[in-house]
Amino acid sequence: MPAVKLTVNGKPVTADVDPRTLLVQFLRENLRLTGTHVGCDTSQCGACVVHVNGKAVKSCTLLVLTADGADVRTIESLANGDKLHPMQEAFRENHGLQCGFCTPGMIMTAVDMVNRKGNDLDEKTIREELEGNLCRCTGYHNIVKAIAAGAKAMGGGTQAQAAE
Amino acid sequence: MDATGIGAAVRRKEDFRFVTGKGQYTDDIHRPGETHIHFVRSPHAHAKIKSIDTKTAKTMPGVLAVLTGAELADDKIGNLICGWLIHSKDGSPMKMAPHPALARGKACYVGDPVAVVVAETLDAAEDAAEKIAVDYEVLPAVADPAEAQGSGAPQIHEIAPANTIYQWQLGDDKAVAEALKSAKHVTRLHIVNNRLVPNAMEPRAAIGDYDAGNDSFTLWNTTQNPHVARLVISAFVGVAPEHKLRVIAPDVGGGFGSKIFIYPEEIVCLWASKKVGRPVKWVADRTEAFIADAHGRDHVTEAEMGFDADGRITALKVKTIANIGGYMSTFSSSVPTYLYATLLSGQYDIPHIHCEVDAVYTNTVPVDAYRGAGRPEATFVVERLVEVGARELGLDPAELRRKNFIRKFPHQTPVIMAYDEGDYEASLKKALELADHKGFARRKRESERRGRLRGIGFSTYIEACGLAPSQAAGSLGAGVGLWESAEVRVNPTGSVEVLTGSHSHGQGHETTFAQVVADRLGIPIENIAVIHGDTDKVQFGMGTYGSRSAAVGLSAVVKALDKIEAKAKKVASHLLEAAENDIVFKDGKFTVAGTDKSAGWGEVALQAYVAHKFAGAQLEPGLKEGAFYDPVNFTFPAGCHICEVEIDPETGITSIAHWTAVDDFGTVINPMIVEGQVHGGIAQGVGQALLESAVYNKDGQLVNGSLMDYVMPRADNLPSFTIDTTVTKCPGNPLGIKGCGEAGAIAAPAAVINAITDAIGSEDLAMPATPQTVWAAIEKHRPGRMAA
Repeated sequence: MPAVKLTVNGKPVTADVDPRTLLVQFLRENLRLTGTHVGCDTSQCGACVVHVNGKAVKSCTLLVLTADGADVRTIESLANGDKLHPMQEAFRENHGLQCGFCTPGMIMTAVDMVNRKGNDLDEKTIREELEGNLCRCTGYHNIVKAIAAGAKAMGGGTQAQAAE
Repeated sequence: MDATGIGAAVRRKEDFRFVTGKGQYTDDIHRPGETHIHFVRSPHAHAKIKSIDTKTAKTMPGVLAVLTGAELADDKIGNLICGWLIHSKDGSPMKMAPHPALARGKACYVGDPVAVVVAETLDAAEDAAEKIAVDYEVLPAVADPAEAQGSGAPQIHEIAPANTIYQWQLGDDKAVAEALKSAKHVTRLHIVNNRLVPNAMEPRAAIGDYDAGNDSFTLWNTTQNPHVARLVISAFVGVAPEHKLRVIAPDVGGGFGSKIFIYPEEIVCLWASKKVGRPVKWVADRTEAFIADAHGRDHVTEAEMGFDADGRITALKVKTIANIGGYMSTFSSSVPTYLYATLLSGQYDIPHIHCEVDAVYTNTVPVDAYRGAGRPEATFVVERLVEVGARELGLDPAELRRKNFIRKFPHQTPVIMAYDEGDYEASLKKALELADHKGFARRKRESERRGRLRGIGFSTYIEACGLAPSQAAGSLGAGVGLWESAEVRVNPTGSVEVLTGSHSHGQGHETTFAQVVADRLGIPIENIAVIHGDTDKVQFGMGTYGSRSAAVGLSAVVKALDKIEAKAKKVASHLLEAAENDIVFKDGKFTVAGTDKSAGWGEVALQAYVAHKFAGAQLEPGLKEGAFYDPVNFTFPAGCHICEVEIDPETGITSIAHWTAVDDFGTVINPMIVEGQVHGGIAQGVGQALLESAVYNKDGQLVNGSLMDYVMPRADNLPSFTIDTTVTKCPGNPLGIKGCGEAGAIAAPAAVINAITDAIGSEDLAMPATPQTVWAAIEKHRPGRMAA
């Protein structure tokens, strides 16, 4: 079995893998980082979004071998102990989640959105940028609110960037 | 109200684990020695299974077992059941065909499981599954409920001639016929309530784990009602006796009804785990979920509503064909009958109602409860008829509604339900104000200037929630009681555990239930843990569906808290050396009336357990009480949703310009959570109205069975919503709660379609109102243009 070497949440990881292994499977099954979820099999739902080399990627679309050498960040990397990342805090504060299943992907997408689009996000931009993430519980209303608030907080906070 | 009590928008206790990725869903759980199972499913909608050759598959690497319906029968594993007995109008019981967990002799829908492979890895199981040779003789299939009873349709189950499960009715057909005959005007509609796929974001999953040492089983399962699952799997299917089966529903990622039911997969995982002597894990693919999870809705209806000269509704006649699918799912029979026809009075004083429902088998995935379950279908019928009736009579739709509102309570409808309390005028009035109804004409002109069509649609809905008084449910055919249980355990340190038979799969019970306890006992919300979803921890409970957790589940908690307070007062009376009747409990403090003698909550809790101040003969030590609460009636949440749409007539693209919802849920424990429930419900209702539909072709193939093809609402399909409430308390339960979980999904579809039809000036519009459908409807009625 071929070997793969990558950095996950700041820690170096080496493993021999079945070449069919998807990045999401590797994170969930090999590393037991189960915060990254699998909600579909056609790359529609976005529950599996992680950051690869600083960009939001659906980890179900990537063979782990193609992520060789990459820096991968998952939802588990955002909080600093008990201190939530501002985007996580914004989701909690704005009730941007119900069952919690899509939430890790939503938050990773939201952080990426802020990284690309800045801290002042209007509703239209947020809704369009969420094109790749499905939620069945919230009707998106509070997710949109949470992302707008989280984006602002990321601009003003200091620990936010530190953790990310 | 304090910062954490009843009525406070407390931030959710459960959220820390969810936002940090620390939730524990079934797929996140790994058992030592776990194996993986793959289900081989019928690719045909209707086929005889002539033989299944598993020889090669069994020799594949990593394979531990290949099992079929034959082995299931050999081991005397029983069939799945439908737990609600409906009788036809001729008195005969519903025709429930055998439903084995693995098909025997015949497959009845695409997705019907016919064999399984258990292997060391999922890849190995899937590879081996490809080597199973099933010899099918393909039979003609029927998927459309309107065609299922026809002479040309194939017979699916021997027990049900013409594929008819029951022909049921409710109400007085003669009175309705008379009233319609003498009506000044009759509005008639043909309605197809489109078939939906629930698509909770977490796919269903199960881990079966047999413990040979104790001859007992554990099932981790994505279920909304672990005790009901255990009961059915033990008492009917017979995999294990009830006391030898533990069912755990860990974090569950949404349900919307689809995780109520007892499915083949969990049964097979349990059974197979004993066969292979190791844990067996199954997690559905999304595409698998499309053909393995029960679907929702799928009604074809003819409806007539009679009006007198003043616009008063005189009668309603409804004839519905309901698609049940290839087998009868757990509660499938109740959805198009007692959860549907009983709500056909809507918010209106309708003297005569008659409803006939034919439930039919088709070669499709079984159909059962999906958010709202029967009530969205009823609301769509009533609210479309009222809106179209108003247009035909040249009356304002809001005025016509007003004219017909029930204004005196309690109100007995002609279709069983006795509405206890409500104020429909209040929610309509508030919604009209919030929606700036007066400004609609101006907004319409503005839209027209930009070449767009604008329409407004109402839905003044009612639902029956808080399922349900057990005696009443039993008299209507329910196989179970619909009470709920609670246990409140006070620890010696004064912290509290609440064990509830309700189950949270997104609703936030860990917060709202704790709020009620904090409010009552005057202790910090942090000191309260809410425990649910494990049959070994929690007493028997009925689970969560039908917007029942707060109305029924919290009522059980309140009942247990009553007992806790009574017992704690006894303990305090010994501690404070005062008469029990003189003890006053308020804000977490026990005081002797008229004195400054008091004891804190913690002192009394500790004293209950150390028992130093009273003799065992006087009082039992401990502070733990249980309660079962059986509702006295259904609850009747109601409200008014107003949808405003703008349509591009050149493309048919509809966008929702404004959404206003004013709901009466009775007492609200946590407004933040309630608003979230409304948002999500509306989104699912808008999904039904604009985007979603499970499409079967003539051969019974689901042609849009993946998230690539089935259109789920996304963020840019929806607006932000304007939400408010009015309050009339439910007189039937201790907190005055009505329930809020399904309202949005019930109200929304009619509001959307009423708005679009208002905009385009034609009632000839089916759901989902996709751009193509809307464009075609516009073209068809546009003078001088070719029909689409």
